[in-house]
Amino acid sequence: MSLVIQGGRVVDPSQKVDGFLDLRVEEGTVVEVGEGLSVPDGAEVYDAGGKVVAPGLIDIHVHLREPGHEYKETVASGTRAAAKGGFTAVACMANTSPVNDCRSVTEHILSEAERHGRARVYPIGAVSLGMEGKSLSNIGDMVAAGAVAISDDGLPVSNAELMRRALLYTQHYDIPVIQHAEDLDLSGGGVMHEGEWSTRLGLPGIPGSAEDVMVARDLLLAADTQGRYHVAHLSTGRSLDLVREAKARGLGVTCEVTPHHLLLTDEEVAKSGFSTDCKMKPPLRSETDRQRLLEGLVDGTIDAIASDHAPHHPDEKDESFSCAPFGIVGLETTLSLCLDRLVRPGILTLSRLIDLLSWGPARALGLPGGTLAVGSLADITLIDLDATLTIDRDTFVSRSRNTPFAGWELQGRAVATFLAGELVS
Amino acid sequence: MNETNWHRKDLLGIAELSAAEIELILDTAESFREVAERPIKKVPTLRGKTVINLFFEASTRTRSSFEIAEKRLSADGLNFSSSSSALVKGESLVDTARNLQAMSPDLIVIRHGHPGVPHRLARLLEAGVINAGDGAHEHPTQALLDAFTIRQHKGQIGGLRVAIIGDIEHSRVVRSNIHLLQKLGASVVVAGPRTMMPVGIEGLGVDVAYSLDEALDGADVVMMLRIQLERQGRPLIPSIKEYFSLFGLTRDRLGLANEDAIVMHPGPMNRGVEIASDVADGPESVILAQVANGVAVRMAILYLLSGVRGAA
Repeated sequence: MSLVIQGGRVVDPSQKVDGFLDLRVEEGTVVEVGEGLSVPDGAEVYDAGGKVVAPGLIDIHVHLREPGHEYKETVASGTRAAAKGGFTAVACMANTSPVNDCRSVTEHILSEAERHGRARVYPIGAVSLGMEGKSLSNIGDMVAAGAVAISDDGLPVSNAELMRRALLYTQHYDIPVIQHAEDLDLSGGGVMHEGEWSTRLGLPGIPGSAEDVMVARDLLLAADTQGRYHVAHLSTGRSLDLVREAKARGLGVTCEVTPHHLLLTDEEVAKSGFSTDCKMKPPLRSETDRQRLLEGLVDGTIDAIASDHAPHHPDEKDESFSCAPFGIVGLETTLSLCLDRLVRPGILTLSRLIDLLSWGPARALGLPGGTLAVGSLADITLIDLDATLTIDRDTFVSRSRNTPFAGWELQGRAVATFLAGELVS
Repeated sequence: MNETNWHRKDLLGIAELSAAEIELILDTAESFREVAERPIKKVPTLRGKTVINLFFEASTRTRSSFEIAEKRLSADGLNFSSSSSALVKGESLVDTARNLQAMSPDLIVIRHGHPGVPHRLARLLEAGVINAGDGAHEHPTQALLDAFTIRQHKGQIGGLRVAIIGDIEHSRVVRSNIHLLQKLGASVVVAGPRTMMPVGIEGLGVDVAYSLDEALDGADVVMMLRIQLERQGRPLIPSIKEYFSLFGLTRDRLGLANEDAIVMHPGPMNRGVEIASDVADGPESVILAQVANGVAVRMAILYLLSGVRGAA
């Protein structure tokens, strides 16, 4: 099976490539990238028509909700949403029911992905058994089954000793520990960022320090253990400073940010009239934090943009702001939001954005893909920079609808994704 | 009375009201005040109107005040409270709203422990919604009755210095009062323990003091807030005794305020916690006037909102 994608603008930050090139795929692998490639007999030709040909995008922070919460999302629906949004791979969090803390759950997720998946699925195992924060989960077993990292995401690893042990033990498998950095005593019963807006609205606040103290603690442990540490959905300027400084010291530390923390602030809770689609953890932060995160994207401190795709059923979100669950979906909106609000205004180059959505996340978790180098997986995303999109939650293929971006009119979107050379969306 | 100036379906907070709207409510309340002095304390104004009092959180004072206001206006009032009805967990907010709407009320008075719930219901319901307190967000009718009481005793609000003292972070009374008093031209200083002072409160345009003496200096109005003993599970203050020594209003300290200063409290008071008995019962205290005025102010609000519903 041979495929030649012709006439596209290949943007591959892993190779520092940005030019009008053809790309030839054999048996699911990129075998040639160059100008005016000849088409072998019997090869399929795809005319990219000047669109951007990027490495398949990778979202390293997704909740597929299966097993256990299939009414919110499934591996099938979540990967369909991924493919539609331009993602060819997702890493899914362990807070399922039962928790992904052992080989059988990891295998179940992967078998669902094998049968129904429209994107590659990389399971993330739990740090602790049952995500109870007490003892280490079956890390080796899960890695053998295909887990790529461990995280108790949704909950932090509060116990410092457990985090230290996790950072040590994971070195046997060279996988990172992903931390949802939140000091639960400091965040208390908070439901939005602590600041003038929480004060105005009378909603209990989550101070930025709830994240910062946990990141600071973990970085000390990462330094002591030389373990691999990844900060999930980093949201404050100060946590970013801590990561920047740790990287400068040569620690094996990476971090991701979400589109919503890059584009929205705590004021949105007021502007939206207490919309529960503005409720997530970490909460939408201050404008100062947001500006600092944008700097972190540009200066390279931030390794990846990840959606923290967190589907919830409309009935669950249709509650008071205080009672509704935390989280929003993102797979079908991330790319267009970033193209329109980060690349179009010139905050990021197209190449840097694609880096943050492909090569950066692949390196953070040590995943294959994220590159169009010869010999790599032929996972490819075609992006039309001129096509427009109005975010309409009724057209989502995800099972959930919880987005604060409904109605946003955006320019630039994925128009096709190839998985191992096969057109899947 | 000129209700044509009132265009809102709901009264959700003070933040969104204009000074003119606030003054309209206060002026309207003025004309309802004398109803309480009649031998037969009832006018037919809202005859045939249905008002549902929906209290998801315990309240004696505010609910009774609304009930009396409704009765005096001849409205048919109906009470739901979360402890005594089906409105307990299990039914979603939206379903609650739909069920209420099905009974075709004209107005719904709602108190809820969570900010934004009245706003949410207001969007879902055809009935007018009156916020009787939503978490630590707003308590507009309290601020209006406070303003009414201040006006009664001070003539006007513009130019006054108002000190609000206590647990600023957890108080809905504070937020509504800050908005209202500033809109009518008063300056506001808030004071309380640093552990009870919300982040960014200066952003609302108030002065912040961390000592009672500093807050009282030059105050024309001293508004004491209830310290909620039930918050003691959280590390906010070491003890009631320490609180009283730092922020309790005693007769001596009241001397730091302006000579003709008045003392207010939204109730219920904790004597010996935030306020000494001799101050609570002293000549400066207008605390019972606040309660009396609450009925007139709530009558005015019910009247204005039902007018918009238009007997049409």
